[in-house]
Amino acid sequence: MSERRIEIDRPWSWRRFFLRWEWLLVLIFLGVNVVNSSLSEYYLNLDTFLGTPMSFLDKAFLVLPMTFVIILGNIDISVASNVALSAVVMATSYNLGLPMPAAIILCLLVSTACGVVNGLLMTRFKELSAVIVTLSTMIIYRGIAYMILENRAAGKFPEWFSFFGWGSVGPVPFILIVFAVCAVFFSVLLHKTAFGRKVFGMGNNLMASRYSGVRTDSIILAVSALTGLMAGFTAVFLSSRMGSTRPNVAVGYELEVIAMVVLGGVSTSGGKGSLAGPILAIFSVGFLNYGLGLVNVQAQILLIIIGLLLILSVLVLKVRFRGRHSHSAVQPDDVSIRRR
Amino acid sequence: MSGRILELNHICKSFPGVRALDDVRFDLEKGEIHALIGENGAGKSTFIKVITGVHRPDSGEIVFDGRRVEMRTPLDSQKIGIAAIYQHVTCYPDLSVTENIFIGHETYHPFTRMIDWKSLHEKAEELLDGLDADFDPRTPMGTLSVARQQMVEIAKALSANARIIIMDEPTAPLTNRESEDLYRISEQLRDRGVSIIFISHRLEDMYRLASRVTVFRDSRWVGTWKLDEISRDELITAMVGRSITQLYPKKAVPIGKEALRVEGLSRTGFFKDVSFSVRRGEILALTGLVGAGRTEVCEAIYGVTRADSGKVILDGEELKVDGPDGAIEKGIGYLPEDRLRQGLILEWELVKNVTLPTLHKFRKRFLMDCKRENLVAKDLLERLEVKAPSVFSEAATLSGGNQQKVIVAKLLNSDMKVIILDEPTKGVDVGAKTAIFRIMTDLAAQGYGIIMVSSEMPEVLGMSDRIVVMREGRVTAIMETKDATQEAILGAAMAAEVMA
Amino acid sequence: MKADAKLRALRAMKAAERYRELGLLVFIVVLCAVIQVRNPGFLTIENIADLLANTAILGILSVGMMMVILTGGIDLSIGATIALSGMVSALTVTALPGIPPIVSILEGMLVGLAVGSLIGILVARFDVLPIIATLGIMNVVRGVTYLVSKGAWVSSYQMSEGFRSISSGKILGVNNLVALAIVVYAAFGYFLNQTRMGRRVYAVGSNPEAADVSGIPRRNIVAFVYAVMGALSGLAGVLWVSKFASAQGDTAGGYEMNVIAAAVLGGVSIAGGSGKVSGLFLGTILLGILNNALPLVNVSPFWQQAIQGLIILAAILTNVLVKRSGQHQALRKRAI
Repeated sequence: MSERRIEIDRPWSWRRFFLRWEWLLVLIFLGVNVVNSSLSEYYLNLDTFLGTPMSFLDKAFLVLPMTFVIILGNIDISVASNVALSAVVMATSYNLGLPMPAAIILCLLVSTACGVVNGLLMTRFKELSAVIVTLSTMIIYRGIAYMILENRAAGKFPEWFSFFGWGSVGPVPFILIVFAVCAVFFSVLLHKTAFGRKVFGMGNNLMASRYSGVRTDSIILAVSALTGLMAGFTAVFLSSRMGSTRPNVAVGYELEVIAMVVLGGVSTSGGKGSLAGPILAIFSVGFLNYGLGLVNVQAQILLIIIGLLLILSVLVLKVRFRGRHSHSAVQPDDVSIRRR
Repeated sequence: MSGRILELNHICKSFPGVRALDDVRFDLEKGEIHALIGENGAGKSTFIKVITGVHRPDSGEIVFDGRRVEMRTPLDSQKIGIAAIYQHVTCYPDLSVTENIFIGHETYHPFTRMIDWKSLHEKAEELLDGLDADFDPRTPMGTLSVARQQMVEIAKALSANARIIIMDEPTAPLTNRESEDLYRISEQLRDRGVSIIFISHRLEDMYRLASRVTVFRDSRWVGTWKLDEISRDELITAMVGRSITQLYPKKAVPIGKEALRVEGLSRTGFFKDVSFSVRRGEILALTGLVGAGRTEVCEAIYGVTRADSGKVILDGEELKVDGPDGAIEKGIGYLPEDRLRQGLILEWELVKNVTLPTLHKFRKRFLMDCKRENLVAKDLLERLEVKAPSVFSEAATLSGGNQQKVIVAKLLNSDMKVIILDEPTKGVDVGAKTAIFRIMTDLAAQGYGIIMVSSEMPEVLGMSDRIVVMREGRVTAIMETKDATQEAILGAAMAAEVMA
Repeated sequence: MKADAKLRALRAMKAAERYRELGLLVFIVVLCAVIQVRNPGFLTIENIADLLANTAILGILSVGMMMVILTGGIDLSIGATIALSGMVSALTVTALPGIPPIVSILEGMLVGLAVGSLIGILVARFDVLPIIATLGIMNVVRGVTYLVSKGAWVSSYQMSEGFRSISSGKILGVNNLVALAIVVYAAFGYFLNQTRMGRRVYAVGSNPEAADVSGIPRRNIVAFVYAVMGALSGLAGVLWVSKFASAQGDTAGGYEMNVIAAAVLGGVSIAGGSGKVSGLFLGTILLGILNNALPLVNVSPFWQQAIQGLIILAAILTNVLVKRSGQHQALRKRAI
């Protein structure tokens, strides 16, 4: 019986360290900032740097759970409708006399409930794809928002509520602090806990995860609930920034959010990616937007850039992942004619 | 109506870690039914895929009707007239029977330039009538029974003027009556000059139908005989091989009290009234033909699916689990039949695979304790002598046998009472088989109750203490291994009517 | 007793599957009857003509979407394509008021065809997930629309009489839009049911692996389907701008959801491979009624979306339940 040792130290590899998608995003981020600062002499100061994120961070809260959703191999296109519905509920209940703190809590409850409904539909009706489930709830959630407010606006929030979207603690915007806390929480959850490990496992091989005792339904439900909760966060910050809300707020957010996640290097077939990528993508695109504003380029150019980046990154990632797995063992009995 | 239609010589094919075909030969006469038999993993499936152009052989030649041919894609083999009918029929479930037969070859009406559905339906009806199958060709394929889908596939092969039809385990999902129909049609086809390669586990099938039989064993050609010149026992010996007995390192260990008992377990459409028990230290073989419901019973015990009625009793207490996580917690481990899809996450490192069922054990204040995780994985993998350079190796890079050991390592990280191994040696080479058997014996010696699902007779006889035989969802025999014979097991596993 | 009731329920479900379209038809008839009772102005020639004209564009688009969904894909970019082709044709007609309407239509279809072909290449050749590919292209196309229009609108007074007549004119007493929709339905009904290529669209969606094995050019068919969807969106773009007499950057925003909804209501399976033109027609009509008739019975137009959503959800869930009961019944037949 030969003694074989199995290594438990991972040798440091420069290749593995530097051949990461995230570095590309860091380069883009730096490049955007270099260009921006050459465009405006006022650009390079701490205030701009800390202040700019206020304008794009509201939807960034959605990017965090959406990364989980896409790593699971699912997709959620109802998030923007969820934002609209919970924002409308918050504003309406406040205008009907509910104290603002209670209205905020109600907003978060509603958004989480919407997320849970998505999760329940997906786990109870496994035959349905996530696309079709969230497509129908997308229509329903915004539909309910319209039922409540019709084409009116609601708002006139108390003075202190604007602090969420506009206030700062010292030089740091409040929204940036909250986002940082959330980002750390989600990063730790995804990369350092058993929960995150299971999410990756399910994205790679749902059936093997289930046979290994992962409670797949509970994980899907939990991720859906988290997605809902973050939609509530977005609703609060968005309403605070705008001062009022309408049923048509946040239209198209789902697309931007998904685009950020994919730009961040998360594989659309599930199971691969990190949270650092999407977060870097948010900031790169956010600052890019700011820079375009500096040179008076229409905001619509940004749409084109996001779209192209989205498709390019999918194509590049495909090549990358394909290369990595070309050496996988091919098995003699493949799936098509295996028998039970 | 004579002469060779197909001849294969010196065919070799390897996959990473597995030699799937080793210098295999085969020949087929015109208008002949030729049976191809062998145990699971003997190389039959790969061989079929070589004939149909799904796999290209590493070396060797294929001669069709006197000409040497090369088949790069399935299309090439279809063009020269080879059709394959798989057990899991590859059809378009949403389309009608007619369309499944004629897809891509529909004829247009000469005047309207529309697909001439009327005449196509008529042609389909004609083809089906020729096969004595009287159902409406307008019905969607997905709503038909497997037997009828097979008929459609045969009709499709005939409409494409196939000269060779390969049937892979066609009778396994059929009832006896349906099998009889299939026999009759096969004979009709033979009389029309079509050659048939008939792959089956059922010896009855080939005695009933074939004129010659070829046996594969361990990826090699063992022999080709005329069926009236070889006895049943000789055939089984050829299939199993003589030298194989020393392969089973079964040790006698003291058998303890009952670990798991199944009482009257039923699930509509899969199994009915299944009862058996396994004791600590005992290896219980659960055998029967493919499709007899063995895997389904195990999955119900493990909580992957839910039984409609019946009880599972673990250590004297009724077990109620709503998922594999509950079963693992209570002490039931399951090595699934399909290790690539159910057992492992191939893209993952070994350590992550090993710890997936027991992640809660590595929690340190909500976070994962990766250092300890690596140590535990290393320990388990070394104990099972897994050949891998590092705990960070990707599971996909390991050979079949080592992958199987990694799955066993997954089970051993928690307190198990009963371990279920579903076809643990499927698709692994002979050396690795012995290693897996040794692990099994060791586990039994440590007091685990072991349930081994297996279709391979010698393995069942060589490794178990007791044998449970299932047929069509029911337990038909329970015997002590020391009293059991292959004939007795086969008798219980096969349909009574066919035997009669 | 209980088992008996269950069995009867199963049989009813099975029948429901078989008579799905009949069910839809009955639902439409009942809905119409209810609306008619509440508002006698509903079933008048005038109102029905109105309703059809308002539903025609949806109908044209849903045919294309059905083909995309049949192959197992989805197209989220069509709203953007409508906006771009509408904008391009409106700008052209503003610059050259003399060009005949048919040129405008062809121009729009060409724009749409280009967009659709691009998506087709991404999905079929490069295996990009349809939802991601169309999402990306949607952003690009919206951006391009704003660019070519420089953010401005094109309004009705800038459009030639001929251009506006595309949607208001009549052929044989039938509104042009409705006539076009009928032509599109007939053409694609013929294509999908009566040609080899059409049947292969079904085959590809029903079992892609089997299609590959039996030598059906799966990738070409998938690319073709997206190209057709694009061309139809282009056509719809011209019709849209002509009908609403304005072209804007955000024209038809989110309209893809309506179109997908019509297909799903019409019984097109989102998993691919099954769906009929006749069912699609009913689904489109149902959606058209919901869109147009609710205000007639004093249901606030703002309730419309939620009602639509609930009906769609109910339709897909019913589908799943019917399928499940069918499988369950098949298992019972095995007598084990």
